[in-house]
Amino acid sequence: MLDHIKIGFFLANRQVRRASKWTTGLIIFVMVLTFLNLTVVSGVLVGLIESSIKAQRQYYTSDVLLSTPDKKEYIENTSNIIEMIKSLPEMQMYSPRYSESGTIEANFKENTKATDKEMSGVVFTGIDPDVENKLTGISKFIIEGSYLNADDFDQVLIGSLFVKKYSPVEAAGFTALNVKAGDKIRITVNGISREMTVKGIVKSKVNEVSTRVYLPEKQFRGLIGRDDYNVDDIAIKLKDGADPLVVKEALIRAGAGDYAKIQTYEDAQPKFLKDIKDTFALLGNMISSIGLVVASITIFIVIFINAITRRKFIGIMKGIGIHGNVIEISYVFQSMFYAICGSFIGLLILYGFLIPFIDAHPIDFPFSDGILVATVSGTGIRIGLLIFATLIAGYIPARMIVRKNTLDAILGR
Amino acid sequence: MIQTKNLVKTFIDGDKQTTVLKGIDFRAESGEFIAIMGRSGAGKSTFMYQMSLLDQPTEGEIILNNISTKGMTEDEKGQFRLNELGYVFQDYALLPDLTALENVALPLLMLKIPKQKAYEMATASLERIGLEKKINNLPSQLSGGEQQRVSISRAVAHSPKILFADEPTANLDHESSNKVMEIFKELHKQGQTIIMVTHEEEYGRMAERIVRLDDGRIIS
Ligand SMILES: Nc1ncnc2c1ncn2[C@@H]1O[C@H](COP(=O)(O)OP(=O)(O)O)[C@@H](O)[C@H]1O
Ligand SMILES: [Mg+2]
Repeated sequence: MLDHIKIGFFLANRQVRRASKWTTGLIIFVMVLTFLNLTVVSGVLVGLIESSIKAQRQYYTSDVLLSTPDKKEYIENTSNIIEMIKSLPEMQMYSPRYSESGTIEANFKENTKATDKEMSGVVFTGIDPDVENKLTGISKFIIEGSYLNADDFDQVLIGSLFVKKYSPVEAAGFTALNVKAGDKIRITVNGISREMTVKGIVKSKVNEVSTRVYLPEKQFRGLIGRDDYNVDDIAIKLKDGADPLVVKEALIRAGAGDYAKIQTYEDAQPKFLKDIKDTFALLGNMISSIGLVVASITIFIVIFINAITRRKFIGIMKGIGIHGNVIEISYVFQSMFYAICGSFIGLLILYGFLIPFIDAHPIDFPFSDGILVATVSGTGIRIGLLIFATLIAGYIPARMIVRKNTLDAILGR
Repeated sequence: MIQTKNLVKTFIDGDKQTTVLKGIDFRAESGEFIAIMGRSGAGKSTFMYQMSLLDQPTEGEIILNNISTKGMTEDEKGQFRLNELGYVFQDYALLPDLTALENVALPLLMLKIPKQKAYEMATASLERIGLEKKINNLPSQLSGGEQQRVSISRAVAHSPKILFADEPTANLDHESSNKVMEIFKELHKQGQTIIMVTHEEEYGRMAERIVRLDDGRIIS
């Protein structure tokens, strides 16, 4: 059998070498496209969600998120919990946030009639602007006006979903207002109404970021009467390489779980993201399967035509005693050559160009900046599948022709 | 030694039946050089295909070196052709992707002869027919006569028991034909059993014995 493989390889080598460069180039081109179809389509679909999950982690939950337990107003005993957080060796930084629901009203001087009021229910979030910015880099999402300072008074940042200009299609439950940076709006929270200035507008693809109204915590604490410094959530960023799960468990062991809901960034992901991720992965695999079928058919046709046009020579080989296996193996090697060349060039394009390019220029989707995800193992499996499929697709037509009567083949009957 | 007993070959095409070989009893001893002659359509090629196990006779038996080939599977026949027989086709039948040397070496490799040895044997075989300068040429880079000589080299490189040649000179000019016939004579001198079809009396007379075929029967 080893001899058969060796001679099969020898014959394949000679055939590929003496084949027309154009034909070979074209077949390899098709294999490259198939490879990219296999990897890129599902990679983009998965990358869409992956980047959304990444953004959620980077700009909102950070690595571990402590939040107000159900049926509580805020994280009780915050100061103790912050002491625990500070003592965590893995902790890099943390940002406590206050939140309280209320309303904002725009153009309240012009719209005097009750029916004309431009008003929206919102969640106010009190932050330490510097700390929050260090943790999440939120200031880079300011698209109008400027970011907050710790000492700002009667100044707010509004999430873009409340601004008509930036969310022309109203999302359910949101009323978008006609405001711009510098406008006065009236906020109402905890029974207190005040006129404040819109210092900036913040827009991010992470919903949690662009559906809030931000105030500096100094003033906000006073407004909502939180003299005890109890906050509503605390986002903790860990040192590189630290495991969020380990930190979560440490906090629970220390008793923080009695006062706060403790989640890793993964726990805190909205469930729909996980569902979509699975769905997209499935969809990607389905599209990949179709690509695989197309590749198989291509190889099948190529090898079939090749074998048909060489039927006489196949007959001669059998006539002089070359075993049919050897000839079949030579075609299997040929199709493997096409698949391997295609995969190799595809790999170069994928990792050498597409991934870095899309990382630098993410695809602009409404809810995320799509990147291209192609894990080494995932790509490896796809190459394996592609080679396996072409192997079968090369073997079958070769076998069909090789099994034909030898003399008929030689005489062209 | 090859022997056929009551060899019959009938082609069936729909309702039409054509019996091309009508019971041939034939025997060639080892070392014989036999020319099979007869007019076109007499059944010479068909007879050669049966004897060289490329085809399956309708009736009768072929005995090669005292071994009956009846009941051999396709694979066994292939192996037998590889080991014991050589075949020269009228149209040379070289593989176009392989050089002259590779064409000759291929059956040797198939016989599990180590690569280096196989190439040495193939080179020697091509030298004997005077093609040492063209061993790395592709068939398309050789003249018809040269291709036929490569084809003969390929057929005899592994020292087969019997060499079959079906009108080996039909496509060649006189000079090339003579060269080919010289090679056959030389092979015969070395003890090679040869069964050759030809329709040229001149070449037929070079053989030890002429077997005449007409309408599917041996007439002399
Ligand atoms: N596959 C076939 N089907 C039907 N008739 C055939 C077939 N092969 C050969 N014949 C017929 O058999 C006869 C002998 O053919 P062949 O052996 O090639 O003759 P030769 O080689 O002596 O010229 C011819 O009449 C030819 O038409
Ligand atoms: Mg003939």
